Amino acid sequence: MAEMDTSSGGGHKKGPGVKKGKKLSTRVDLTPMVDLGFLLITFFVFTTTMSQSTAMNMNEPKDDKEKQLKVKNSGAMTILLGKGNQVYYYFGQLMPETISQDFKSTTFKGIRPLILEKKNNTNIDDLMYIIKSADSSTFKNSIDILDEMAICTVPAGHYAEVPILPVEKMLIQQTELANGIK
Amino acid sequence: MPKVKIPRKSTSVDMTAMCDVAFLLLTFFILATKQKPPEVLAVKTPTSVSATAAPDKSILITMTKEGKVFLMFGDETKKDKIIDDFNTTRNLQLSATELNKLKKMQFIGLPINKLKGALDLAAELPASQQDGIPTDSTNNELAMWMRSVTNAYAGGDQRDLEKTLLVKGDGATLYPVFKNIKEAFKVNDIYKFRIVTEGEQVPVGSELYKTGKTIK
Repeated sequence: MAEMDTSSGGGHKKGPGVKKGKKLSTRVDLTPMVDLGFLLITFFVFTTTMSQSTAMNMNEPKDDKEKQLKVKNSGAMTILLGKGNQVYYYFGQLMPETISQDFKSTTFKGIRPLILEKKNNTNIDDLMYIIKSADSSTFKNSIDILDEMAICTVPAGHYAEVPILPVEKMLIQQTELANGIK
Repeated sequence: MPKVKIPRKSTSVDMTAMCDVAFLLLTFFILATKQKPPEVLAVKTPTSVSATAAPDKSILITMTKEGKVFLMFGDETKKDKIIDDFNTTRNLQLSATELNKLKKMQFIGLPINKLKGALDLAAELPASQQDGIPTDSTNNELAMWMRSVTNAYAGGDQRDLEKTLLVKGDGATLYPVFKNIKEAFKVNDIYKFRIVTEGEQVPVGSELYKTGKTIK
């Protein structure tokens, strides 16, 4: 009668009618477990140290109107924040023939060289950045512009957040319409 | 030479010890890093280059992207004082049990007229169902809360208050909410506060990067 060779070195576990002729090895290879362990450690090390919340300092001007009057036109740069992360700016004061003066930059990166240029060309005593936010701008925009002040090392006291003027609101709206409300 | 037989020793290493160490390290990291209370309100804060660490026990004002404002007190002793003060100045006439319940709440996010109703409920309302503290100019209740806060901190250093006051907002929150929060601070003579942001690397090549300093 033909014999079925069932002893195949302990590799077979399931085979029809296989009788456990040989003892199976109980040694487990722990390498993957250690790998997983270290992966998890690395995960925790990185996720908990990297997600540190930092606190940004914020100083509010006490008397809004007074500060605006004391600013010299030659040293002033007004930065306006609008809808859709748009940034508008002008230097000095707005004159009636302003439309050509009122430029815009799309990203916050675009405003940075402009801020720096102004800072380098102006006497530090006259330097003042006036930040005005439209109601359609976001909190992130406000924080980003304050961050830009820090990145460009503008000293404290040379920038201030003040309420936006109606004429500026209108200008922003006009520019937004002209460019398609982004 | 085929005659010399090098006795072969087993090269399989027992991984048990390594595995033990790995899990010990893992447990250490899980437990050693501070377990922050789970974020009740999902807020995605904007990033900033500031490197000051956020204080642990703070008075936290959170703005969600819908524009709701919530108030959280980290310091238990001050919290009790503030809530008691608010109860008396606003004449809420809360009973002792209601007052205790209010003190135990994780955060405050209701207008005054809805506060009593919510306290009578058995379970605390989840944040999504709370309207948030009104901050509009006609009814800036946050200013009323801040009045109680300043009363609780009166007599001490104003700078202590400024250090514990934190504002946390979602990046997408519209500006008017932030403006109203600043208003609430201004009417109470608070001109300095801190904003919670995510860390951000100083952009390479910028002025700040050239100074090599970090903002503290």
